[in-house]
Amino acid sequence: MSRIEACFSAIKKNNKKALIPFLTAGDPSPSITAALMHELVDAGSDIIELGVPFSDPMADGPVIQRASERALAQKTNTDDVFNIVKGFRVKDKVTPVILMGYLNPIEIMGYSTFTEKASEVGVDGLIVVDLPPEESTELQEAIKIHEIDQIFLLSPTTIGDRLSRICDAASGFLYYVSLKGVTGSNQLDTKKVEEKIKEIRTKTTLPLAVGFGIKNAEVAQAVGRISDAVVIGSALVEKIAEYTGNTEDMFEEISSFISSFRKALDSI
Amino acid sequence: MSKLDKNIDTSTIDTFSCMPDENGHFGLYGGRFVSETLMGPLEELEQAYKKHKDDPEFNAEFISDLKHYVGRPSPLYHAKRWSEQLGGAQIYLKREDLNHTGAHKINNTVGQALLAKRMGKQRVIAETGAGQHGVATATVAARYGMECVVYMGVEDIKRQAINVFRIKLLGATVVPVEAGSKTLKDALNEAMRDWVTYVDKTFYIIGTVAGPHPYPTMVRDFNAVVGREVKEQCLEQVGKLPDTLVACVGGGSNAIGLFHPFLDDKEVSIFGVEAAGGGLSTGKHAAPLSAGKPGVLHGNRTYLMEDDYGQIIETHSISAGLDYPGVGPEHSWLKDTGRANYVSVTDNEAIQAFHDLCQIEGIIPALESSHALAYTSKIAPEMNKNEIIVANLSGRGDKDIQTVATHEGITI
Repeated sequence: MSRIEACFSAIKKNNKKALIPFLTAGDPSPSITAALMHELVDAGSDIIELGVPFSDPMADGPVIQRASERALAQKTNTDDVFNIVKGFRVKDKVTPVILMGYLNPIEIMGYSTFTEKASEVGVDGLIVVDLPPEESTELQEAIKIHEIDQIFLLSPTTIGDRLSRICDAASGFLYYVSLKGVTGSNQLDTKKVEEKIKEIRTKTTLPLAVGFGIKNAEVAQAVGRISDAVVIGSALVEKIAEYTGNTEDMFEEISSFISSFRKALDSI
Repeated sequence: MSKLDKNIDTSTIDTFSCMPDENGHFGLYGGRFVSETLMGPLEELEQAYKKHKDDPEFNAEFISDLKHYVGRPSPLYHAKRWSEQLGGAQIYLKREDLNHTGAHKINNTVGQALLAKRMGKQRVIAETGAGQHGVATATVAARYGMECVVYMGVEDIKRQAINVFRIKLLGATVVPVEAGSKTLKDALNEAMRDWVTYVDKTFYIIGTVAGPHPYPTMVRDFNAVVGREVKEQCLEQVGKLPDTLVACVGGGSNAIGLFHPFLDDKEVSIFGVEAAGGGLSTGKHAAPLSAGKPGVLHGNRTYLMEDDYGQIIETHSISAGLDYPGVGPEHSWLKDTGRANYVSVTDNEAIQAFHDLCQIEGIIPALESSHALAYTSKIAPEMNKNEIIVANLSGRGDKDIQTVATHEGITI
């Protein structure tokens, strides 16, 4: 059983909701990313989504875009990202790690080399924001060999046959982008999200995570009621940015921030 | 053979004008590499474009606006004095600089705005580098009564202050983009973000033959009027097709517009001219076809300027319109198949051609177009006097006089 499967089956058994924080590898510095990941797990996270920095993050809002810029300013490259995961795996062999990024850094390394390296260091899944299923035949072949899940995104504009096709091709879990917009956008309408999730549930039995626009524990709780997992991205990255240069306080702040989400999800 | 294998057996290609395939691929290039939220809207756009492009009513309106509003056909002008001084081929200039708004860009914005109107979208957005596409979009938005927002990097806003003011005069809003290198590529990222957020009511008018399918095809088709006119005008004036076509390539919309109708006329040689900036060896350039590698950016696979880890690197060109790290996917395919040749000229060579055209022909060319002119002046002397070069004078240079003055240390 893969780490992702094991994680969701435990969540289901205990009648819980998965908490998935996102942080960008190398923000504010590659040397503390692995420690931040441990802190997130200690505070109650179930899966870590680790951003691979990219110079042109088209689907991200200003908060995550600036995180990418900070990471690149620290010269964080793809091999550094792999080393961060490798370092994390020394202590933590259980928590699934999903890499989230854009296609070009994967394409230049080669699909096969990238997935082989990712698998070796203990990456469990890949979200490639700008690689829709229609263009991902070649990556699909590579990840199958190395037993990594490609996590597909679904959005409010994913309808009809396409929705069914993506559900059929997906593995691990599905990630529902809860609004039209970039990461960190504002207006999340939980009622609309609920309607769409009901529709998606008729097409798949895979766990469903919801992300984009989940700013606080209250919204997380509302979304948690209707999904299997909640992704916290920009709101967390904002905290990291705020405390850059003050590592001790950063860890403390992040721990209490994530704990508040954990508590909200556990009291559903 | 892997899909990403670049070796192409060109002997099996009997037509070069049939691309893209049904998924928007030009061989290895093109495609649709966007976030999930944009897949639906792009599909909707593709269906709308398919429906209207062969609709006689749509075409009649497009042709009528090109004639009465843009001022087409633009002349094909025999630059006799310049040809004589260079002492070789006869140089003809396709005068896209004489179009309304001063460049070829308006051909495409008229086409896309008419499509937006038919799709019921009341708001158009655009990215712009030199400002020409921003002006052309703001112009048609005013003409068709649409709300218009133009994204522009703050670096380009500084370089192109006059165009920024023109866009505002036309009633559009200019949004300065502070991210990344603060130029065209960042403006494109920001426009994509706008589109993904307001996708229901918004039509994104992309200004070049890049971006996700169907943009490279659609923008090409709207600009192909340039090549079709050249074909007709050249036959009429000289009695034969041109021997050589030359056009500058940033994203490559003026170039593909000129080249496309000639792709299957294999006796016509084709040159796309990239910006070598300070020189290819300095790394300070914007010449992905000459010195880059294939990769994926802005929704399509194409040649890019990138580092060893696939991060997009900063480009340099004196011409804001060529200052872009990617290029339209069809150009990548034409390069690999060898149907078109891609070369480059430096900032200084372009400036020299700019001055030559001003002083010998009385035409102030855009710095973008000056790259095509510079390469033309290199090959013309090597050719016979009865041979014909058509160079695309894609825009006028009024917007660039400040840049040229600054480059030469002159205060206006």
